[in-house]
Amino acid sequence: MWRTRLRALIVKELLAILRDPRGRLVLILPPIMQLVVFSFAATLDVTNVDVLVLNRDAGRWGVELIHRIDGAPTFATVATVDSPEDLQAGIDRQDAIAAIQIGPEFSRDIAAGRPAEVQVILDGRRSNAAQIVAGYLSRIVDTLAREVAPANPNIPDLQVVPRTWFNPNRIYQWFMVPNLVAAIAMLVGLVVTGLSIARERELGTFDQLMVSPLRTHEILIGKVIPPMMIGTVHITVYILAAVFVFGVPLRGSLVLLYGSAIFYLLAVIGVGLFVSALSATQQQAILGAFLFMVPAMLLSGLATPIDNMPQWLQPITLINPLRYFLEIVWGVFLKDLPPEEILADTIPLALIAVATLGTASWLFRRRME
Amino acid sequence: MSPAAPSPAAPSPATGRMRRFAALVVKESTQVVRDPSSILIALVLPMILLFLFGYGVSLDATRTRIGVVMEAATPVIRDLAASFQASRYFEVELGHDRRQFEDRLILGEVRGIVVIPAQFAAEGAGRGAPTIQVIVDGSEPNTASFVENYAQGVVSRWAQMRMTDVTGGLAGQPAIAVEQRFWFNPELASRNFLVPGSIAIVMTLVGTLLTALVVAREWERGTMEAMMATPVTAAELLAGKILPYFLLGLASMTVCVLAAVFVFAVPFRGSVLALYAVSACFLVPALGQGLLISAATKNQFLASQLALFSGFLPSFLLSGFLFEISSMPEIIQYLTLIVPARYLIPCLQSVFLAGDIWAMFLPHMAVMLLIGAVLFVLAARNMRKRIA
Amino acid sequence: MTTPAAPDLVRLEAVTKRFGTAAPPALDAVSGQIRGGEITGLVGPDGAGKTTLIRLMTGLMRPDGGSVQVLGFDTGRQAARIHGAIGYMPQRFGLYEDLSVAENLTLYADLRGLPKPDRPAVFDQLLTFTDLKRFTARLAGRLSGGMKQKLGLACALLRKPRLLLLDEPSVGVDPISRRDLWAMVEELTRDGIGVVWSTAYLDEAEACDRVLLLNQGKLLFAGLPADLTARVAGRVFKLAGGSGQRRRVLAAALEQDGVVDGVVQGEAVRLVLAPAEDEAALAGRIAGEGHRIAPTEPRFEDAFVDLLGGGPGGRSALAESATPLPTDDGAPVIEARGLTKRFGDFTAADDITFAIPRGQIFGLLGPNGAGKSTTFKMLCGLLKPTSGEGRVAGFDLRHAGAKARNRLGYMAQKFSLYGDLSVAQNLAFFAGVYGLSRRRRRERSQLMVEIFDLGPHLGMSAKDLPLGLKQRLALACAVLHEPEALFLDEPTSGVDPITRREFWSHINGLVEKGVTVLVTTHFMDEAEYCDRISLIYRGRSVALGSPDELKAAVATADAPDPTMEDAFVALVRRSEEAAAA
Repeated sequence: MWRTRLRALIVKELLAILRDPRGRLVLILPPIMQLVVFSFAATLDVTNVDVLVLNRDAGRWGVELIHRIDGAPTFATVATVDSPEDLQAGIDRQDAIAAIQIGPEFSRDIAAGRPAEVQVILDGRRSNAAQIVAGYLSRIVDTLAREVAPANPNIPDLQVVPRTWFNPNRIYQWFMVPNLVAAIAMLVGLVVTGLSIARERELGTFDQLMVSPLRTHEILIGKVIPPMMIGTVHITVYILAAVFVFGVPLRGSLVLLYGSAIFYLLAVIGVGLFVSALSATQQQAILGAFLFMVPAMLLSGLATPIDNMPQWLQPITLINPLRYFLEIVWGVFLKDLPPEEILADTIPLALIAVATLGTASWLFRRRME
Repeated sequence: MSPAAPSPAAPSPATGRMRRFAALVVKESTQVVRDPSSILIALVLPMILLFLFGYGVSLDATRTRIGVVMEAATPVIRDLAASFQASRYFEVELGHDRRQFEDRLILGEVRGIVVIPAQFAAEGAGRGAPTIQVIVDGSEPNTASFVENYAQGVVSRWAQMRMTDVTGGLAGQPAIAVEQRFWFNPELASRNFLVPGSIAIVMTLVGTLLTALVVAREWERGTMEAMMATPVTAAELLAGKILPYFLLGLASMTVCVLAAVFVFAVPFRGSVLALYAVSACFLVPALGQGLLISAATKNQFLASQLALFSGFLPSFLLSGFLFEISSMPEIIQYLTLIVPARYLIPCLQSVFLAGDIWAMFLPHMAVMLLIGAVLFVLAARNMRKRIA
Repeated sequence: MTTPAAPDLVRLEAVTKRFGTAAPPALDAVSGQIRGGEITGLVGPDGAGKTTLIRLMTGLMRPDGGSVQVLGFDTGRQAARIHGAIGYMPQRFGLYEDLSVAENLTLYADLRGLPKPDRPAVFDQLLTFTDLKRFTARLAGRLSGGMKQKLGLACALLRKPRLLLLDEPSVGVDPISRRDLWAMVEELTRDGIGVVWSTAYLDEAEACDRVLLLNQGKLLFAGLPADLTARVAGRVFKLAGGSGQRRRVLAAALEQDGVVDGVVQGEAVRLVLAPAEDEAALAGRIAGEGHRIAPTEPRFEDAFVDLLGGGPGGRSALAESATPLPTDDGAPVIEARGLTKRFGDFTAADDITFAIPRGQIFGLLGPNGAGKSTTFKMLCGLLKPTSGEGRVAGFDLRHAGAKARNRLGYMAQKFSLYGDLSVAQNLAFFAGVYGLSRRRRRERSQLMVEIFDLGPHLGMSAKDLPLGLKQRLALACAVLHEPEALFLDEPTSGVDPITRREFWSHINGLVEKGVTVLVTTHFMDEAEYCDRISLIYRGRSVALGSPDELKAAVATADAPDPTMEDAFVALVRRSEEAAAA
C-alpha cells in the first residue's frame, strides 16, 4: 500500500511542476539561459582586443612590428596615436587594453645590433586580461627578435615546448560546458525542491497531505524523488548538448558519472528541503536558494580555481557538494579519471547528502509540532 | 457621532503634493527598517558578496602546484629547477621521472609538469636547441595559460642570467626587450578590480531585486489599490518608492566602498564626487528595471525570479566584471550594450584604481541615464493609476 | 431612514466589463444608482462581480461598455476628482502591516491632505469611534481581523468622504466585530454619506437600505431588500415536530412538488413553497402526519434562491451510494479530551473536551483567533496538543496517527486542491494517497465523476474551475475513500446558496448513513445544520449544546426567537462579563 501512496505522490509532484506555467518557466528558462550565456559569454579567453600604438620610430622595424601585431588573430584593431597624451587618454578611457610604445631609436638599434626596446603599457584595472595580452605581445616581439638577431653561436636557442593535455586547443567551452552540467543540476534541484513545499504551504495543500494517511517519511521521499528525476533529465540534456553541440570529448565512464550524480543530487535536494522547511512562501524559498547558490558556485572552482583562494578559506569548500561533483564531471569528460578517484569524490557527497537530508527531515518533524 | 469635519482651508496643491510625497517616503523608509527581507538584501547579501569576491574569487594563480622533472641531475639542470622553485608563482615538487606526475596531473593535484630533458645539460653548454617541455592541464584553460606563461618567463629569465654569466656583458640580452608596465594595478591583484566590480552587483540587487519585491508586495497585499484610490498621483507614488531605495542603494554602496578600502585594502584614487555621480546614474536604470518588473508581474515570486535573471545574472556575466566582453560572440556583445552594469563597472574600477576619468565617466553616465529613462517610461506606462 | 431628496452619488449605466475575450463578462450591462445617506448592499456570491463593480466606481478600472458616474464625475476622465472625495477600503483593508496603527493613520492623513491642525481631533475621534485607542503603537499586522477592519475603515474616513466604498468588509471577521462595524457605518449615513457595502453574506443584505443583487455578472435585483423578500411572502414555512429526523424530513420535503427551497433550521426545517392558490393547504399536504407546519417571516436568502429558480432536490446520490456504517456501539467517533495548545505564553486552546457520537454533525463556532482552528487542527492531526488527547475512530492521533488519518476525510476552507492538476489527476492523487486498490480506485473515481457531474471537466485544471465545481471536487476528494469522519473547515464560505444547499444535502445524507462530521464555521446558516455546537471563545469552550438550546439560552421577553447570530453575540458577551467579574 505504501507503494501506491508513494506513486501517487510522485506523479502528483511531477504533474504539479510540469502543468504549472510558472513551474515550467523555472525549469526551462534559467537552464537554457545559463547554457547559452555561460557557454558563450563566460570565457576567460582574451580575443578581439584593441591596442594602441605610438610609433616614434621612422625605420622599417617599427612598421614591421605593428604589422605583425595587426596580423595576429587576438587583436581586433590596432589604432595609431600620435602623442603620449593621446596614449594615456586612450588607456584611461579603456579604448584599448594595451598600448605599445616604440621609441625613435628602435630601427637604428636593431640595425646596429644593439638591444632595442619596446614599452608595453597595460590596463591594470583588468589585470587578468591584461596579463594574457602581455603574454601575446611578448611572444610576437620575441619572434621578431629572433629573426633580427645575428646568429650568435654562444646563445643557445632555448625552446620551451608547451603541451596541453586533455584539451589541446584550450577551448574554454570544454571547461565551461561540463561545469554547467553540475551547476544546472544544483539550480534545478534546489529550486524545484525549495519551491514545491513552499507552494503547497501557500495553497494550503500541505495540510491536505498531513491529514492523509501518509507518514512524514513518505512525504519526504515523495518530495525527494521528483527533483531527482528532473535533475537527472537536466543532466542528461546537458551531457548531450556538451557532446553533440559543443563537441566536448567524453572520455570516462557515463555509468560512474550517473552513479555519483545520484549522491550529488541527494545532497543538493537535502539543501533544498532544508530551505523549504524554513520558508513559508515561495518568494522566501527563492531568496533562500539564491543565498545558498551564490556562495556555492563561487567557492567551488567553477568560476576560479580553489587553489587561488586564501588558505584559510579553502577548508570551507570541503562542505560544498558542487566542488566534488565538478571534479567528477571534469574527470569523466576530459580526463578519464580512474573509478577509485571518482569514488573518493563520491564519498564526501554521500556524507553531505546524509547530513543535509537528515537535518532537513529533522527540521520538518519539528515544524510539524 | 461623525468623523470630524475637516477644516475648510484645504492646503494648496503644491504643499499637498510635497506632504503626500514626504508621507510616502517616510512610510517606505519605516518599512525598509522593519522588514527583514529588506535588511537581508540591502545589508547581509552585500556583505556576503563582497566577502566572496574579496576572498573567494581570485584570478591570481599564485603558487600553483607544478611538478618539475629533472631527467638528469646535472648542475645546469638543478640550477634551472632551482629558479622554478624560486618563482613566486609556483609551488614546485621535484622529481626524476615524468610518470611520477602524470597521474597527479589527471587528478588535478598538480596543474603542470615541466620536463627538463637529460640532453639539456649537454646541449645547453653547446649548440642546438635544447627543448623544455611544459605539460599543462587543459581542463582549466585559464590556469593552463598562466602556468605556461609563467614557465616560459622563468626559463627565459634563467637563460638570460646564465648567458650573462657565461659571456659576460650584453650578449645575454635579447635583440628586442619588452618593458611591461601595468598601470593602475602594478601588483596585478585581481581583487583590486573584482571588489569594485562586485559593488555594481550589490547595487543591482538593491536597486532591482529589492525594489521589484517591495512594489510587488504592495500589489499582492492590496495596499497599492488603497493608495491609488486616494488623491495621490501615479508620479508621486513612483517618486515615493524611488527616493528611499535610491538612498538605500547609495548607502549599501557606501558601506561596500568603506569595506573595500579598509578591509580589502583596495586603493581609492578618484574622488568621492565621481563615485557618487556614477553610482547615482547607475541606480536610475536599476530602479527603473525593478519598478518595471513589479508593475508587470504584481507578484513577489515572479518578480524575484525575473529580477534575478534579468538583473543579477547579466550584471554578473555580461558586464565585463569577470569575463571580457570583447571575447564574447558578436550577438552577445550587442546584448551587453543594454546591461547598465556594463557602464558602471569600468567607472567604478577607474574611480578606485585610476582616478577621475571624466572623459570616460560622462558618456557612460549618459548611456545609463538613457537606459534608465526608457525603463522608467515603460514602468510608468504599466503603473498608470489603473488596475487592469 | 431614506430621504427622498438624497441625490444619486453613483450612476451606473449599462456597465460592462470583460477580462479576456473568451470568458463571460465579469459585469454584464449593470445599471443602478447609489444614494447618499444610505447603505447600499452589493450582494452576491464570490465571482458575481462585486469587486469589479467597486473598482469601477473608484476609477481604478474603466468599463468596456456603459458609463460610471461618481459624484457627478466620469470615472474615465476625472478619476483624480473622485479620489479626493471618496473613501475606499479594499479587501484585506489596504493597511501596511509593518506600520503601527498611528503610522497608518498619519500616512493616510498625509495622502488625503488632512490639515495638520485638525489631526489631533480627528485621530482622537476616529480612534474612539473604532475603539483602537489602546493600540495606537501596535503594528497593523498584529491586530485581529476585526481590529484591522476598523483601522481600515478609520483610514478611509480620515477626510469625511461623500461616498464610502467597502469591499467585503465582513470577510474574516466574527459576528461581534461585524455588528460593531455595521453600527459605525450606520452612523455615518446619518450625515448623508453614501455607503457601498459588498458582501457574500445574504443575511447582511437584509439590513441594507437598498441592495444591488449580482449573480455571475448580472444584476438580478435592485431596490429595497423588503421588496425582494416580498416575492416569497406567505410562501415560507417552518416545519417542526420530526424530532431527530430533521435531515430526513428535509430530504423528503425537497423531493416533493411545490417545494422550491428548504434548509435545516435547528430542530425544524424551513421551506419555501412554490406560488399556489392556497399555500396553507399546500403546506399542510407537504407536512403530512405528525408534523407541525407554520408560516414564518421570509428572509432575503429565501427570495434569492426563489429568484434563481429554486434550490436543488433533496436526494444525494453520494449518500445513496455510501455503505451504511454500523451504529451499534455508541462509542464516540471523534473525541477531544482536555485538548490544550500553548504557543509560548499564549494559550490558544484550553482544556477542550467533547465527544461526537456516530452520525452527528458537530460545529465549532467562534470569533477569529478564538481557538476554533487550533482545536480543529489538533483533532485532525495537523497540530500536536500540548496536553490532552484527540481520538478519531478510536485511534489516538499521537500514537496511531496514520491509522486515524486513514479514517478521516478533510476539506479545507479554500478548497485546497492541486490547482495545476486536472480534475481527473486530483481524483487519482487522492485515491492514491489513501492507498485505494486499483479496482477500487477506478470504481470510486468513476462514481465521484458521475455523482458530481465532473465528466465534462475532467481535463480542466482545478484552479480554472468555477467556484461551485471546485467545491464539489473538494468534497469528492474528501470522501473518495469513504471516511468515517469528515472534517470540514468553513466548507461553504463565499459559495452561492444553490451550491451550498447541494453540499449540505450530501453531508446530511452521509450523516444519515453514519458518517460523523466536525465543522468549523462562522456562517450562521451552517451552524444551524449542526446537531451540537461548541462555542469557542478565548481558547475555551464557553457553551455547548444544540442550536435550539443555545438560542433558547439567550431568548428574552423582548426577543423570544433569537437568531443563531444573536445567540452567538449574546453568549460571547456573557462569557466576557463572566471573565471580567
